[in-house]
Amino acid sequence: MNISKIANLKFFFTNTKNLSRFLGLFTFILFFFGIYWGLYVAPSDYLQGESYRIMYLHVPAAWLSLQVYMFMAITGFVSLVWKVKIMEIISIQCAPIGAYFTLIALVTGMVWGKPTWGTYWVWDARLTSELILLFLYIGVIALYSAFSDKRQAVKITSLLAIVGLVNIPIIHYSVEWWNTLHQGPSVTKFEQPSMHISMLLPLLYMFLVFNVYFIAVLIKRVQLGIYNREKRSKWMEDYLSD
Amino acid sequence: MKITETNKKRMIKIFVFFFAISSFSALLIYAFSKNMVYFYTPSQIIKQEAPINSFIRIGGMVKVNSFQKSKDSLKVTFKIYDLNEEINVKYDGILPDLFAEGQGVVMTGKLINNNTFVANEVLAKHDENYMPPEVADMMKEKNGDLSNK
Repeated sequence: MNISKIANLKFFFTNTKNLSRFLGLFTFILFFFGIYWGLYVAPSDYLQGESYRIMYLHVPAAWLSLQVYMFMAITGFVSLVWKVKIMEIISIQCAPIGAYFTLIALVTGMVWGKPTWGTYWVWDARLTSELILLFLYIGVIALYSAFSDKRQAVKITSLLAIVGLVNIPIIHYSVEWWNTLHQGPSVTKFEQPSMHISMLLPLLYMFLVFNVYFIAVLIKRVQLGIYNREKRSKWMEDYLSD
Repeated sequence: MKITETNKKRMIKIFVFFFAISSFSALLIYAFSKNMVYFYTPSQIIKQEAPINSFIRIGGMVKVNSFQKSKDSLKVTFKIYDLNEEINVKYDGILPDLFAEGQGVVMTGKLINNNTFVANEVLAKHDENYMPPEVADMMKEKNGDLSNK
């Protein structure tokens, strides 16, 4: 099996139906265990008590918001250079998923911020740059829907995605470059994580679950994207009438 | 995927474009980084880098045994410190749950002189350490405090 075959829209559409269903169900089961592990099994924090547990949603969502963005920009780049149809579809379908992850990260962060810091929102570098990320995602979605020629639209949104890539290291390093209210990294640093192993393991597990969820939803969305683009083509009509 | 001449040209265009954008933003951030301070530290205040009598934020750790509360009001005074210096703080209001001696805080307010700050709002700054209470107790016994990161 070679790349050009997987990159074929028809091949992707007709062969991933079961995969996305399986991954969707799998996510559900994995998520259930992750929530149980994070909310009941993991010990409470010495300082924050139970409120720290919101990080089991907050941190994976925030990591994924960056990861999905990079994925969107890279697939956008590939689609610009090689004009691969499936990459165009993957790139643009990343945008809403990433926007949801960003929104989850922002909202859970606010819910945690009120009891911990004493405020829902401050304009420090980390929170502001993450909010800009949300606007970038929304910008990509809005720009895409503004064009009627969708292949033209993806060219523009891919460029916007590549421009916005500048924001990714800013978000990650904001807590080190500037004085921020948001604390520094506990896990993503070269030294030993500043988190006890019994709290860290469920966090890494939830990160894995969020990744599986992302892949499951992405496949489903790409199928929809292929359908929208190819609904008038011969193979799609033949396939659907069978 | 083969890299043809057309692919190469497109790639170069995108790279140049991206390089331009990122150097533009790097310069912008560099230029504004002085004004992007979210809060000043006690050392910066002692060095007179912060304006007196205008609204600013300062942040630091609450000094152990410096916290004093008035008996009949919400008025409190305490000291905050960083590596080298310390500043007196006056505040009249409700403190966040995580406020404690030895913990980090970020406050909005005015400097009334070189080493006294009157706060309008006190926020607790959480550090990056997470551990179960038993582990925290063990580390306290071993080191006297938790600052051994």
